Amino acid sequence: MGTSNKTELDNVVVRFSGDSGDGMQLTGTLFSNLSAILGNEISTFPDFPSEIRAPQGTLGGVSGFQVHLGSSKIYTPGDDPDVLVVMNPAALKVNADAVKKGGVIIFDQDTFNKSGYDKAGFTTENPFEELGIPESLQLIPAALSTLTQSSLEGFGFDNKTVLRSKNMFALGLICWLFNRPIDQAIHFLTNKFGKKPDLLHANVKVLTDGFNYGNNLQLAINTYFIEKSHETPKGKYTSISGNKATAWGLLAAAKKAGLELFLGSYPITPATDIMQELVLRKDLGVKVMQAEDEIAGISAAIGASFAGMLAATSTSGPGLALKSEAIGLAVMAELPLVVVDVMRGGPSTGLPTKTEQTDLLQALYGRNGESPVVVMAANTPDDCFQQAFMAGKIALEHMTPVILLSDAFIGNGTSLWKLPKLADLPEIKPNYAKAGMENFNVASRDAKSKVRYWSIPGTEGFGHRNGGLEKDYLTGAISTDPLNHQVMVDTREEKISNISEFIPEVKIEGNKDAELLVIGWGGTHGHLMSAVNSLNKNGTKIALAHFNYINPLPKNTVKLIQHYKKVVVCELNSGQFANLLRSKVAGVEFLQYNKVQGQPFTVAELEECFTNLLK
Amino acid sequence: METTEATITKQYTLKDFKSDQYVRWCPGCGDYALLNTLQKVMAELGVPPHETAIISGIGCSSRLSYYMSSYGFHTIHGRGAAVATGVKVANPKLSVWQITGDGDCLAIGGNHFIHSVRRNVDINVLLFNNQIYGLTKGQYSPTSKKGFVSKSSPFGTVERPFRPAELTMGARGTFFARVLDVDLKNSATAMMAAAKHKGTSIVECLVNCVIFNDGAHSWLAERDFRADRLIMLEHGKPMIFGKEQNKGLVLDGFNLKVVTIGENGVKASDILIHDAACDDTTLHMKLALMEAPDMPIAVGIIRDVEEDTYDAGVEKQITEVQAKSKIKTFDDLIDSCEQWEM
Repeated sequence: MGTSNKTELDNVVVRFSGDSGDGMQLTGTLFSNLSAILGNEISTFPDFPSEIRAPQGTLGGVSGFQVHLGSSKIYTPGDDPDVLVVMNPAALKVNADAVKKGGVIIFDQDTFNKSGYDKAGFTTENPFEELGIPESLQLIPAALSTLTQSSLEGFGFDNKTVLRSKNMFALGLICWLFNRPIDQAIHFLTNKFGKKPDLLHANVKVLTDGFNYGNNLQLAINTYFIEKSHETPKGKYTSISGNKATAWGLLAAAKKAGLELFLGSYPITPATDIMQELVLRKDLGVKVMQAEDEIAGISAAIGASFAGMLAATSTSGPGLALKSEAIGLAVMAELPLVVVDVMRGGPSTGLPTKTEQTDLLQALYGRNGESPVVVMAANTPDDCFQQAFMAGKIALEHMTPVILLSDAFIGNGTSLWKLPKLADLPEIKPNYAKAGMENFNVASRDAKSKVRYWSIPGTEGFGHRNGGLEKDYLTGAISTDPLNHQVMVDTREEKISNISEFIPEVKIEGNKDAELLVIGWGGTHGHLMSAVNSLNKNGTKIALAHFNYINPLPKNTVKLIQHYKKVVVCELNSGQFANLLRSKVAGVEFLQYNKVQGQPFTVAELEECFTNLLK
Repeated sequence: METTEATITKQYTLKDFKSDQYVRWCPGCGDYALLNTLQKVMAELGVPPHETAIISGIGCSSRLSYYMSSYGFHTIHGRGAAVATGVKVANPKLSVWQITGDGDCLAIGGNHFIHSVRRNVDINVLLFNNQIYGLTKGQYSPTSKKGFVSKSSPFGTVERPFRPAELTMGARGTFFARVLDVDLKNSATAMMAAAKHKGTSIVECLVNCVIFNDGAHSWLAERDFRADRLIMLEHGKPMIFGKEQNKGLVLDGFNLKVVTIGENGVKASDILIHDAACDDTTLHMKLALMEAPDMPIAVGIIRDVEEDTYDAGVEKQITEVQAKSKIKTFDDLIDSCEQWEM
């Protein structure tokens, strides 16, 4: 037996890294899920290259999956890893710098040879020395390929199939390192491979051998233990990715409104998962149309909305650009529609697999004419459910397109999600035209909220002609009358600004008497909250106001911000929300912290920034 | 399961389909005749106006949706096919019509056109082909003949035109008809057949634009010569035409040839019989692409074959999955997650 010490940690970050084909994502997902079942808080983030299979062993092919486990509330997948698992020298080269002092590197010895070094561009036979890896790091070599091969000897698989299981050896080893029983992993594998008993048996064997290999290592290695979290509210949980949560949020909104869901979409990274999730839900009546292009996706959705469904389209920045004209049609036709933009690095094709918040102004203003829409954003993977549900609710109750901004970071990342019941979600009551309405026409609307009445084709007595041409306020007939156009422009604007009466006020998190107010929106919530909490623990007075609703802004926005002396707006763009706030909130100097690198903030850089601002 | 039939409840007249809007096409525009014919056909079809949806894009023809008392949606340039697809998939019980023009359908909307045809979604498309952009006042369109002089081609176009039939069949279309705006009776027959056809029905309406392309189809439209210049195809009938009804079409190798019955030993029984329901597109394509002056222009229902429709396929798959799946409600979906107590 090894003479390992067991160190108890509050939280730990593990990064799995290898070739795109090494199965790192599955390994990471299984490890985070089994940790969650053992009571840990979890947050994960995959980091893949845009190439599907770059040449094996090269830097371009390195794909990663990071897992953050905690015994108290955690908000992000973590900045830098405590433990790095690398399947080849290229993965080591890409990630070595990031490993925390005192951390552990587990590496597949079998790939650390001349050929592996060459592919990764090492010039010597000692990559650790070449990279200047400090001695304080613990290195755990494991000949994963050879060990997996001997583990599966006699199974009769070809070598390629055998090697595909080496990620399970790594998982077994990690379970040992974190003192995790492997029963739960076996349970997951049973679910995954239940119908293929050969593969199930093989994977379980390799997993078990990996665990035992660690246990028998004659090395004085520190192993870790993370206590159950006691901060998580009691209840049933699962782990969910932002894109899946978005899909399910839309579905829940449709069901809550008594409607079926339609999604018109076109494949685009990093939003495609939303379509792929919903197409599975034919059992719940979801109609998904994979359209011929982005424009057809939204156009079909608008058609479905006209015909009485809750309709949505999912895309990323370039797709949102293509959909602009059609969004304008939905504004003019005053039809409910949810447009989900899972933002990625831009402009143009940009950085398809990386995260950014650079589509905010496009969402707000990227159309011809005075064309107000509701713009909102989700904070975390699990929050995508809540925000997608609200997007559906607002679209249906206020007869408007709603643009929901997610991003590659929260869309692909996962977090714990407390399972909801449909009955506990807020009611959704679409603004239907009612039988007996006098002089109904396409422009008929509620006098106070300005919300148009929705009449659905197939309903007798409500036939009407909708369209993109300006309508007469009273009769709904097409009109070019100057004063009428002014009235209609004002009406559409008022309808949207009225929504501030229906949405929650923005909250202050952290210290209400803060000397510095941090402002953020959308997917940066985790990093901002972590930095703010950490500084507050050290006695700094700092607060966070994080926005889900951007148009309209919550009605307490101006007063809340004006209350603070020093305000910094942090965004993964060059200052888009900061500029919006400058135009809305008088008498405040908005400082900015911006980053446009395709990567999320790190908590460390934010802490440094806030500390400097308070000096 | 018959989900695509709208309910037929009572007798309607043309008036039931007229909206209160003033029709604003130029006096003498071919669109008037087609609007009238469409309203007549709809009355005869017996589908109630409230179960009928007219979807249009942008252009002169696309204004038609305002002139119908049914549900209508005047959308954006080129996207009518995609919007109409969404409407039909959302509610297959509706009778869905798409009104479009040569620019809307074949230029800006070309992609949606071929894909709606490929999917065979059950919509009826009236493609008003006047070979010109009228609403923007006279630019050449993708169906304008090569060399056509217009405001955007003062020296004549150097582009080859699309032939809508060829595009339809290239996209695996199941229904293609061609009608002439002034020929009310045959227009009505084709629209009726389009309505009854399950799948994307393309009716190419040859329309005159009195202002910017007057006489676009005059070769055909001139009454005195029409019988000799046009062949009306009817399923199961011989391909005979001409004032004397003595001309006909026969195969000469791989090509069609005009012959005269009684000359050179040609008998009436030698003339080809039109089979609109034939799966193979070869002869349909040959017929649709006949060009003046050597050949008559084919009108009528050129192709009308049965194939599964997209909207019915969507419904069927949902029904099948629902019958098998244990997930019946949203809460069932939540329960199906890998889950644990914390």
